[in-house]
Parts: sequence; structure tokens; C-alpha cells
Amino acid sequence: MTVSTNQARVLPAGLPRLTIPQLQKLAAKLRIDILDMIYEPQSGHPGSSLSCIDLLVNIWFHYMVWDPANADWKERDRFIMSKGHGAPAYYATLMEAGYIPWSEKNTLRKIHSNLQGHPASRYIQGCDISTGSLGQGLSCGVGMALGLRLDHIDSRVIVLMGDGECQEGNVWEAVLSAAHHKVSRVTAIVDRNHLQIDGDTEKVKALGQMAPKFAAFDWNVIEIDGHDFAQIQDALAQADRFAEETDRPTAIIANTVKGKGVSFMENQAGWHGKAPNKEQYEVARAELTAAYDALS
Amino acid sequence: MTAINLEKPELKALRNQYGETLAALGAENPNIVVLDADLACSTQTQKFADKFPERFFNQGISEQDLINTAAGLSTAGKIPFCSTFALFAAGKGWDQIRNTVCYSGLNVKICPTHSGLSLGEDGASHQSIEDIALMRVIPGMTVIVPSDAVETDRVIRWAAEYYGPVYVRLVRPNCPVIHDDASYQLDAAMPHRIRIERGGDDITLVATGETVYHALLAAERLHKDHGIQVEVLNCLFIKPFDSETLAKSARKTGKVITVESHQVMGGLAGVVCEELSTHQPTPVRRLGTQDRFGQSGTGDALFKEYGIDWEAIYNEAVCWLKS
Repeated sequence: MTVSTNQARVLPAGLPRLTIPQLQKLAAKLRIDILDMIYEPQSGHPGSSLSCIDLLVNIWFHYMVWDPANADWKERDRFIMSKGHGAPAYYATLMEAGYIPWSEKNTLRKIHSNLQGHPASRYIQGCDISTGSLGQGLSCGVGMALGLRLDHIDSRVIVLMGDGECQEGNVWEAVLSAAHHKVSRVTAIVDRNHLQIDGDTEKVKALGQMAPKFAAFDWNVIEIDGHDFAQIQDALAQADRFAEETDRPTAIIANTVKGKGVSFMENQAGWHGKAPNKEQYEVARAELTAAYDALS
Repeated sequence: MTAINLEKPELKALRNQYGETLAALGAENPNIVVLDADLACSTQTQKFADKFPERFFNQGISEQDLINTAAGLSTAGKIPFCSTFALFAAGKGWDQIRNTVCYSGLNVKICPTHSGLSLGEDGASHQSIEDIALMRVIPGMTVIVPSDAVETDRVIRWAAEYYGPVYVRLVRPNCPVIHDDASYQLDAAMPHRIRIERGGDDITLVATGETVYHALLAAERLHKDHGIQVEVLNCLFIKPFDSETLAKSARKTGKVITVESHQVMGGLAGVVCEELSTHQPTPVRRLGTQDRFGQSGTGDALFKEYGIDWEAIYNEAVCWLKS
């Protein structure tokens, strides 16, 4: 089947694509929101939220086509937060996007909240699939793309995965399926921060060179710095070109820093799933605020 | 009372009916899609694949992928039916079924064939005798166990119309057709209503799936040989469960025997005991596998060995009523 270019589709009114300086400012702001969200209940995953927020703002505010006023719009692009423990980053993004009211920000992980510890589609608009049990998002994304293709809808399906998550067998089942079914509209982005709960991914169970692994499974592969906004945007644009020129899905290996933006959290496995105490919170907030203020 | 000849019934495999019904539904509803995990010829989903190749997805030997690809398809508005052997769907795919399909409330139909002991010669590694228990504990999951080809057709059609996760437990072998295809209907308002296959005052036999035939045969012979009036209840739906009809029968007879091709823990016996303990405390004797794995053998030999054939039911009833 022919796949039309995304440029032919019209963005909903009032949702211009943000420029890189605007996106950098937004990411810096959302980092503060993520910290606040986790400090409030004294629970959550700061490390993997801070590592992927730069990817999220580029995906949501530069790349994807969506409309919070029409959450079930069939032609919208789809996003699956396969690394469900990055929920604070995902929720901050969805609040900014207008799917979740900002008034719910302080309810993360609290009783009766829509902001569950891991994303639950029953509570969150714009979230098609609940995640939290790792390794499941890519299969869902492939199924989603197959369903859309049957209806001749060329929406893109973006699946954000953690690198540790790629130790799950279901991931590689889906990698095989995506290539087999030639779902070129699926883009898997691996948040390659090299850390999981027990430490270095290479010491726990080595993932090694991920790009050649995906390539060997007949995927297009792009490897980037996951904090370089121009590289992220180029990679997403390249994924679109690949989708038009090939019948292969695309993997973007995004090298990131776990805990990015908070000096004492960066590259520390201990900050995978721990909330800062008051003193740590104040130091972290001052750092993130200074970074925000430094941006024009 | 059923008009079917229990001594010489017509036979039809539930999986054959499943494949035929799917193929018919595919023509009626373009949103129906079917997935399999390298067992399309065994599960008979090949019948759908032959007619609608573009709406059939073989996921290969990857059951977790099977379930979640179906989940993804459902979010795009499709009605996926996915099949493989029951042990692999419910066992290997359990986390996917719980966390993605049911927690997200997705419209996925899981219809595995080859459940229970009648799978036979492949042995314990392939015999699912835990899947009812595994599926019914997941919030929001509907669990259905048809007893013959007629019921299989009706529940597959029902599942296609109903929005939400459904598990339909099917078996491999040819099974006696115990319902009249022309007249059988599901209760539209209450599809899970227990079907009273035969009325009686002396003892209640509660069966599900292919053991319903054995219960009916036992009831017929208990009546003929001993004049015992047996009430036979067919639990097509394990969840939601019709506790009212069960309690009413138990109140009348005061004796309940359950029979299933499944472990007694957590299966039909589990449901029946849980419900009776709340609504109508009644002594229950439980026929099913008793904390044992299955083994290789013919389906008939296994039913005999594990005490769930008509003869075992007959002996249990006689023993209880004479004691």
C-alpha cells in the first residue's frame, strides 16, 4: 500500500510545532514538575523520568500529530510508554499537552488518583494501553500499527522503551513480528541510559551494541544522543523517510543519562526508584531552576 | 430434558466449530481479525485465514506477542480473536492478559483450543488443567467453557458482540453434540444463566465443558439403574457466575457434585464452593484433577484415570446416596 507523507496531514488548530529553544525551555520546566511530582508522595522513579523527558517533549511537541480536544481521533499518531516507570515524565508531558489537568499534579501515587504509579489507560486520556509490566509495549505498538494499516490510516506508532526492559523476551518477539509484518510505521525508541535497578545494564545482563542487534532483525536503526534536540528531531524525520522508502520498522537508540539534570542523580542506579528527602529536593530543585532560568 | 440420544450422539470437535463460526463472522463483520501462534491448523483458525488472509496474523511461536499484538489491534478498533493451545495462552501469556488486556479493559477474545485432559497423548506439558483458575482471578475477565459445538458457535458470536476481554476454553477432540442447534439460544439478558440440562430432587451435578456430557450420561443411568433423580447444571459461564440457580438447586437436593477437566482447586469446584459457602452452604464432592499433573494417554483413558468420566460420576453419586 502507498503511505502518504505526514506533512500532508494537518496539525489541529492551536498546536504549532515548537522550536528547539522552546522545547529546551519546556523540558527544563517539566524536569522541575517531575521532581515536584515525586517529592510530594515520596515515591516514584526520578532517574528514568529525567533520562527520557527530552525525548518526550520532542516526540509530543515537535513530531506527533494529536488533539486533546478529540482524544479518540482515529488519525492521530499513537504513543506507548512501554517503560511505564517513567510515568512522572509521561504525566508531565500529558499535562502540558492538555490531556491531564495540572490540578492533578500533586496526586501522583496517592489513593484515588488518576496518576497511578504506572500509567493506566482507564484513568488517563490519550493513553491507549496500560504499562508497568516491562517488555510489553512494542507488541502492542505492532498490533496497533497493523490495525491502523487495515483501515488505511498511516498514523505513526511511537513506542518508548527502557534499555533494561529489552532484557524481556517479549521485546524480541515483537521485534521479529514488526519486521515480519513489515510495519514500517512503528518506531521503537530505546532510552539507552545503561542503568537498571540493580546497576549497570552490562553487568546485570549485557545488552551490548543495541543498534546492530536491531539491524540484524531487519530494522532500520538510528543511534543518537538522546539529549541533543536536533539529533532527536532528525532521527524522527529519518524514521518517517524510512517508513516511506522501506517496509521496515525503525529503532532509534537514544543514548541518555539516567537522572539527567540533577547532579547527584546522574548516572546513579540508586536514583532509579527513590524519592529525594527535603534537603536533596531543595538542592535538586535549585539546580533544575537555575538550568531553566539560564535558557532564554 | 434433552432430546439428544446420549448413547449414540453426533460428534463434532469444538475447534472445528470455532473455525467455521469465525469464518462466518469474518464475512459479517470486517473488524474481526484473527491471530494464531503457529497452530492455525490445530486450532482451526486456518479456516478464517483461508477466507480473509489480510485479517489473519500468524505471530509464530510467541504467545506473549500473540496476546499483546491482539491488544494493540483492539485499540485500533479491531475485534481480535487469538488462539493457541490453552496452556500456552493462559500460562505463557498470563502477564500480558492481566496487565495489558484486562487492566486496560481491551476488547480481546482469547479462544484457546486443546484445554484439559482430553488433549491426551501429548501429556502433562500440554494439558491445561489450571487455566480456568488463572483466568477467573483476573479482574474484568469473562470465562466461558462451552460443552459442545452448538454452544461454541453461540458464545463465539456472543463474544464478538460483547465489548471486553473474554476467555473461551475449547477442547481438541470430537465431542458429543448435546444441544439442539435449531433451538439453542443464549439468554440475551443473562447469558451467564446456568442451564438446567435435566431436573431432579436427589442430587445436583454441576459440570462445565466436555464433562457436561458425562454428567448427563451418568444422570440417565443413575435414573435407570437406581431411580435416582439427578439435576444436571451446565456452567457455560464460569465468570460471571450464576450463583442463584446453583443455590436454588443445592437448596432442593442438599448434595452437590462438581465435575471438570481441570484441577479442583480454583476451577469449577472452587467457584461452586465459594458461591455456596455464601449463599447456600451445602456439602460438595469435587471431581477433577486432585493436585496431580496429567499424563499421556487417550482422552477416554485419562478421564477414567482421573475420575471425571460418566462412570466415576455415577459411582460417586451412588456411594454418597447409599452412605
